[in-house]
Amino acid sequence: MAIWCADLALDRWRHSEGCQRGEGADAAPLVLITETAHGPRIDAANRAASAHGAARGMMLADARTLCPAIQTRPSDPAGDLAFLERLAVWAQRWGPWSAMDAPDGLLVDVTAVAHLFGGERRLLADVEKRCTARGLTVRTAVAPTAGAAWALAHFGPSSAILAPDDDMTARLADLPVAALRLDNDVLLVLKRLGLKRLGDLVGIEEGRERSNRQDNHGRDSIQRRFRNRKSPAANPLVRMDQLLGRVPEPLLPVVPVTAPMVQRRLLEPIRHRPLLDKVVEDLAEDMARTLEAKGQGARRLQLGLWRVDGEVILRELELAAATRSPEHICRLFAERLDDVDAGFGIEMLRLRAAWSQPLALDQSDLEAAAEQHGTSLAACIDRLTTRLGPKAVQRPVPRASHIPERAQGWQPPLEPEPALQGELAFHTRPLKLLDRPERISVLYAAPEGYPRRFSWRGQVCEVARVEGPERIAPEWWREKGTARLRDYYRVEDEEGRRYWIYRNGLATDGRGGMPDWYLQGLFA
Amino acid sequence: MDTSTLPKAAELACRAARNQRWQPDAPLPLHSEIFAPATQGAGAGAALAFARDALCGGNGRVDTNAAASLEERSVLWVQDARAINLGGRPYRAGLPETIRHRLIHVAAETPEDALFAMEEGLRCRDLAAVVGEVMGNPRALDFTASRRLTLTAEKHGVPLLLVRLDAEADLSSARMRWRLTAAPSAPPRWNIAAPGRPSWRAELFRARSHPPGEWILRDEPERLAAERFSATTTPDHGDLVRGPGARSLAAL
Repeated sequence: MAIWCADLALDRWRHSEGCQRGEGADAAPLVLITETAHGPRIDAANRAASAHGAARGMMLADARTLCPAIQTRPSDPAGDLAFLERLAVWAQRWGPWSAMDAPDGLLVDVTAVAHLFGGERRLLADVEKRCTARGLTVRTAVAPTAGAAWALAHFGPSSAILAPDDDMTARLADLPVAALRLDNDVLLVLKRLGLKRLGDLVGIEEGRERSNRQDNHGRDSIQRRFRNRKSPAANPLVRMDQLLGRVPEPLLPVVPVTAPMVQRRLLEPIRHRPLLDKVVEDLAEDMARTLEAKGQGARRLQLGLWRVDGEVILRELELAAATRSPEHICRLFAERLDDVDAGFGIEMLRLRAAWSQPLALDQSDLEAAAEQHGTSLAACIDRLTTRLGPKAVQRPVPRASHIPERAQGWQPPLEPEPALQGELAFHTRPLKLLDRPERISVLYAAPEGYPRRFSWRGQVCEVARVEGPERIAPEWWREKGTARLRDYYRVEDEEGRRYWIYRNGLATDGRGGMPDWYLQGLFA
Repeated sequence: MDTSTLPKAAELACRAARNQRWQPDAPLPLHSEIFAPATQGAGAGAALAFARDALCGGNGRVDTNAAASLEERSVLWVQDARAINLGGRPYRAGLPETIRHRLIHVAAETPEDALFAMEEGLRCRDLAAVVGEVMGNPRALDFTASRRLTLTAEKHGVPLLLVRLDAEADLSSARMRWRLTAAPSAPPRWNIAAPGRPSWRAELFRARSHPPGEWILRDEPERLAAERFSATTTPDHGDLVRGPGARSLAAL
């Protein structure tokens, strides 16, 4: 069974405005637009706008010349898709599985289901009644194959039913070739070849023009014409075979995923911390059982606390690796519950695993033996991030840049390192880098020569040994044109203190006056 | 049981009496403190060198199995906010190659948070070592906190190297306490005008199993080399002293 929501975007807009079709805000001409590179383009037009000549795919400026009073709203394709996904899940009331047919259709498998609703006709009537009650304009069709149902829903009579013992080619012969779900350029080619109806295509295929010679000459020539088109949407023969059920057409069913959730309604509102901890512990154990049954571990957990006065307190937790250990979850939540204001009491708690990952069952004995030695790395990082925040626990990773402070990035510790071309280790880099380079005053023999002496934070360093300069040019694709190059020097003073200093620019580069000196890194 | 491999009683007595001097391949105690100035990278560099030496088991004598398992384990580097402000953050390209890819950095706001992070790190069985950098003498880092760190480290067997930047040597239960400053490096082979491999002047001023002394530590590519520091002002009589039991009363 195919369901086509002919007017999905506008139906959703009407629902959000709370008006009926043709009433209120919908009475005036209105279009939904998308901003494109060449200006706003119309995605959908309501009936009043269509009467004035606005149509889908038109530029807004063209529509304005036809109807100056036209109103515009931004369209929401992502929201439409999400709505369609929910609708597909809801449509499983009519069949065991359903698939999305983006952007505005659904396919429901109703094999051996229709008798439950009293036959196909009453099934379709039920679909239309329920969809209309939700404010959706739909066209429906039932056919033995998904392609045929789609073609009938879009181009056939309303509520068309194609029974398995009907002559499929005869019933579908009058539909236009657009019913084959082909790309626009292929449709254009077919139109230029003079193939406008499905019947024309079927006729060529079967070689009906030369019915005296039973050969497949017609099919061969179309096959040659489209021999490089492998995808079904670009090859009319594949689509035709799918429509007639000669080759299978795989569909991707929509499977609803519910986040594991456990909750406790309490007989008596709780106001004290020990009781709260106890309930959270129970919840964590319930959650562990729920997750274990699914073979999953939680990555993100949400704890909602419903107070007697209707307030909801939410606490969220993100874990470095999938886990379902109740002790670990309790310990992490215990830190987050310190600032909870219970008010007159908490009457319901709900724990939800908003993000979970597969986690196989493991042998508990070995784990318990290892547990006595200490925590695992993931548990340790969870504890640190819960108390110190996710920004505090990080791992340095290399980045593609020559500027020293940009050549290092930070990322969460357990994520894999990004692939990067290895740097040649020509140059020695300091062990520690200051967050921002500190200005130093330098005594030098020549403006572009070695530094002799510098003072930093009130201490004077006599340079005893120096290596350099290592010249690093500014990144012109990131910075302004006035950015100056840097000449880095490794210096060691008489006491052995080793620093990384640079001169920002040259005296003669014409991008400012005499260059400043900065100290950026400390060597070991 | 083959008794010939066991040390003889005389040897044991002799060794105990001699009160062995610290060597670079001596086992690293599980809690050491390194006092270093905040304006130098000496403290962190030496801490990493000590840790690397301990993980590799001394002069490159590596049990391949143990090395492989250690290779996967991470090193936790904890800094408090003042230490980051004054001394900067670790820079990956300058870290020793063996720990470059397995460093986890914790930027704690306060010394209390840094202590918490270090203790959690010590409890973790998947860490090879914990390096801490704490600025000054915060109130939180008293003898109790230090003892707590020692006990945790010894219980779980994860070494802790606590770098104290610009700090006074107050009460602490660390098993080995060093005072470090930078020392002029050995000139490199190809460009004698350039700074060489890091070297530090290290004073071991308190240790459980070693007499105090001063060394010049050099960070060689594979191991930590040490040579006795021969200061002209205070001659070191460490080898002459036979330990407290061996002294005659007349010498006191």
